[in-house]
Amino acid sequence: MSMRTLPLLFLNLGGEMLYILDQRLRAQSIPGDKARKDEWTDVDRKRVLNDIIATMFNQKFLEELFKPQELYSKKALRTVYDRLAHASIMRLNQASMDKLYDLMTMAFKYQVLLCPRPRDILLVTFNHLDAIKDFIYESPAILNQVDETFRQLMETYNCLSDGEFQLIRQTLLIFFQDMHIRVSIFLKDKVQNSNGRFVLPISGPVPWGTELPGLIRMFNHKGVEVKRTEFTTAGNYVIPQREGSFELYGDRVLKLGTNMYSVSRPVETHMAGASKNLASHAKENIVPNPLAKEELNLLARLLGGLDTQTPAGGDTGFRLNLFTTDEEEEHAAQTRPEELSYKVINIEATQEPARRAELSRILGELEVAEPRPGSAGKGEDLLALMDGL
Amino acid sequence: QAAWCELPARVLLVLTSQRGVQMYEADGSTLVFWHALDVPEQPTAHSVFARGISAAGGRFVCVGTSSGAVLVFDVPLKGTNVILSEVLEQHREPVTDIAAEQGQAPDGAGDLVTADDSGTLCLWRTGEEFTLLGKIPGYGCTCSSVALWNGIVAAGCGDGQIRLWEAGTGQLRAQVSAHARWIYALDLAPLTGKLLSGAEDSFVHVWKLSRNPDTDDVEVQHCHAECVTDTQVCGARFCDPAGDTFAVTGYDLSEILCY
Repeated sequence: MSMRTLPLLFLNLGGEMLYILDQRLRAQSIPGDKARKDEWTDVDRKRVLNDIIATMFNQKFLEELFKPQELYSKKALRTVYDRLAHASIMRLNQASMDKLYDLMTMAFKYQVLLCPRPRDILLVTFNHLDAIKDFIYESPAILNQVDETFRQLMETYNCLSDGEFQLIRQTLLIFFQDMHIRVSIFLKDKVQNSNGRFVLPISGPVPWGTELPGLIRMFNHKGVEVKRTEFTTAGNYVIPQREGSFELYGDRVLKLGTNMYSVSRPVETHMAGASKNLASHAKENIVPNPLAKEELNLLARLLGGLDTQTPAGGDTGFRLNLFTTDEEEEHAAQTRPEELSYKVINIEATQEPARRAELSRILGELEVAEPRPGSAGKGEDLLALMDGL
Repeated sequence: QAAWCELPARVLLVLTSQRGVQMYEADGSTLVFWHALDVPEQPTAHSVFARGISAAGGRFVCVGTSSGAVLVFDVPLKGTNVILSEVLEQHREPVTDIAAEQGQAPDGAGDLVTADDSGTLCLWRTGEEFTLLGKIPGYGCTCSSVALWNGIVAAGCGDGQIRLWEAGTGQLRAQVSAHARWIYALDLAPLTGKLLSGAEDSFVHVWKLSRNPDTDDVEVQHCHAECVTDTQVCGARFCDPAGDTFAVTGYDLSEILCY
C-alpha cells in the first residue's frame, strides 16, 4: 500500500479532533468574569486549541511524519491522539476520549469515501488546515509552522498521479474498513443510514474532469466520429462549476473537511445495535498484540519532542466532557461494547539506555517537565513517552 | 488480488500482494510457486507490490508490478517447476491490469494487453519471447482495468470512461461516458461480447460489443444498469461465458451480490 498516507491521515484526523473539541469547549464555556477557577472560559478554549495545534505542528514531529512509512495500526494511532489531546491543560476521561476518537475517525472515513477524485483528499486536507489557521491564537510562530506544513504537503503531493492518489485512498479505506459507528449528526443529516453505512449520493456534481455519464461515441478506422447514442440511468449528475484550489490560499470548492459542527448540535454516537460486521473488528482488538517494537520506537520518537504541561487546577478541574452530563459519560464507559474498546496501552518509562541513538539524543536535548519514573529494568525495549501525568 | 489462471493443462490460483506472487493449485491445497519482490530495507516513497494477473499464450502466467515491469512465468503441465522466463519492461508507471485475448485475434493484433497508472496500454504477442506490437499512450488518466476480445481492447479508466481501441492499429474506436467515478472492474463474456463495468459511483453496467460486418466498425450498446445502493463497487465478474449472470462486491461489503 502507499507509503505516503500517514501525514494525510494524521492531519485530517487532527483537524476533526480540533473541530469537536472547539464545539464542546464552546458548549461548556462560561463568560470570563463569571467563571469559577475550574470552569472553561473563552480564553481557556483558545489556549487549549492553540496548545494542541502547537504540538501537532511541532517540527521534529512533522519531519518524522513525512518520512515514507507504513500506516500505523489503529491502536498505535489512537495512542498518538491520546497524547495529543492531553498536550494542554485539558483532561479527558477514557469514555470521552473513546467518543472523541470515534467521531474523528467516522468523520474522516466519510470524507475519504465521498471524495470525488482521489486527489481531492488533498483539498480535504487543505480545508482542515485552513480551519486550523483560524483556531490559532496570538501565535505567529505556530501560524508559520502550519504554512510550512502546507508547503510541504504541496511539495510532496501536488505532483502525484491519479493512480498514486488512488493507492493512498485505498490505503486509508482499508484502515477504516468495517467501522460503522453511528454518529447522530450524520444520522440527522441523512448522511449515514441506521445500519451505520454512509449514504453515497448518485446525483450532484461529477468529479472535475469527468464527463457526465450517458454518451456513447463510435469512430471509424480513420478516427472520425460516425455514430452517437445515449443511455440513461437512475443517476442525476451535473457538471461542476470550477476546480478547487491546490494553492496555499484559495477556494477549495469542496465542502468535505470543513467544520460541520456548531454549538447547538451536540454530537452523539450510538453504541447499541452496532452492525454485525463487528466480528472482524473484534478480532483485531482481542488478539493480544501490544504494539510491535517497531511501532513503539517510531511512536516514541515522534512524541519525544512533546513539551507537556501540568494542569493548573486540581485533578477534576479543566476536565472536558464529550457527553452532556457526567452521568452520561459514566454510563457510556460502562456500557461500551467490548469489541469497540480501544484498549489503550499505558507505557512505563525506563531508564535503560535506548538502543536507538536518535531517541536518546532527542530526549537529551529536551527539557522535561516531570522527573522521569524509575527504571523498570525490563528486557523489552519500551521507550519513554514523556508525560507521566 | 486473486485470479484464476486457466491454462489448457491446469488451473492455477494466483495471488498478488506487497510481498510478491503466489501460485496455488486450483483447490487451494498446495502452494505451487512463490516469487518474492525486491523490498527495500527502508521504505521509500514508491510502494512495492504486484498487481495485474493473467494467463497468456496457453502456457504463461503474467503478473504486473509497481515498477512497471511485467513478469512472465512459464508454467509446466504439472508440478512446481515454474520459471520466470522473461521480464517485460515497457511501462514506466505501476501496472494496473493485464488481459489476454478471449476471442479470436485478427492477424497482427496480438494476444495480450498490459495497462498502467498513466493509462498507457501495451500490446504483445506471446511466445518463447514476447514481442511488443504496439503502445497506446495514456489519456492522462489511469486505466484501472482492461479486457481484450476479437482484437478490441476495452479499457476502464479512473475518469469513468470506457475506451475501446483497435488492438492491431491502436486506433480509438469508441468512447463511453459510462460512470461518474473511478471504474474498478471490467469483465468480458467471450461467447456474446458482453462487457461488465463496475465503479465507485455504485453502478454496474452491462454493455454489448460487436463489429459491424460491413464497415468493421466497433459498436457498443448499453444493455442494463444496476445500482448497488450506498456501495462503492470494487469487483464485478460474469459468472458464465455467455454473460447471463454476474457477481458484484464492494467496499465494506462482506457479501457477494449475484445478479
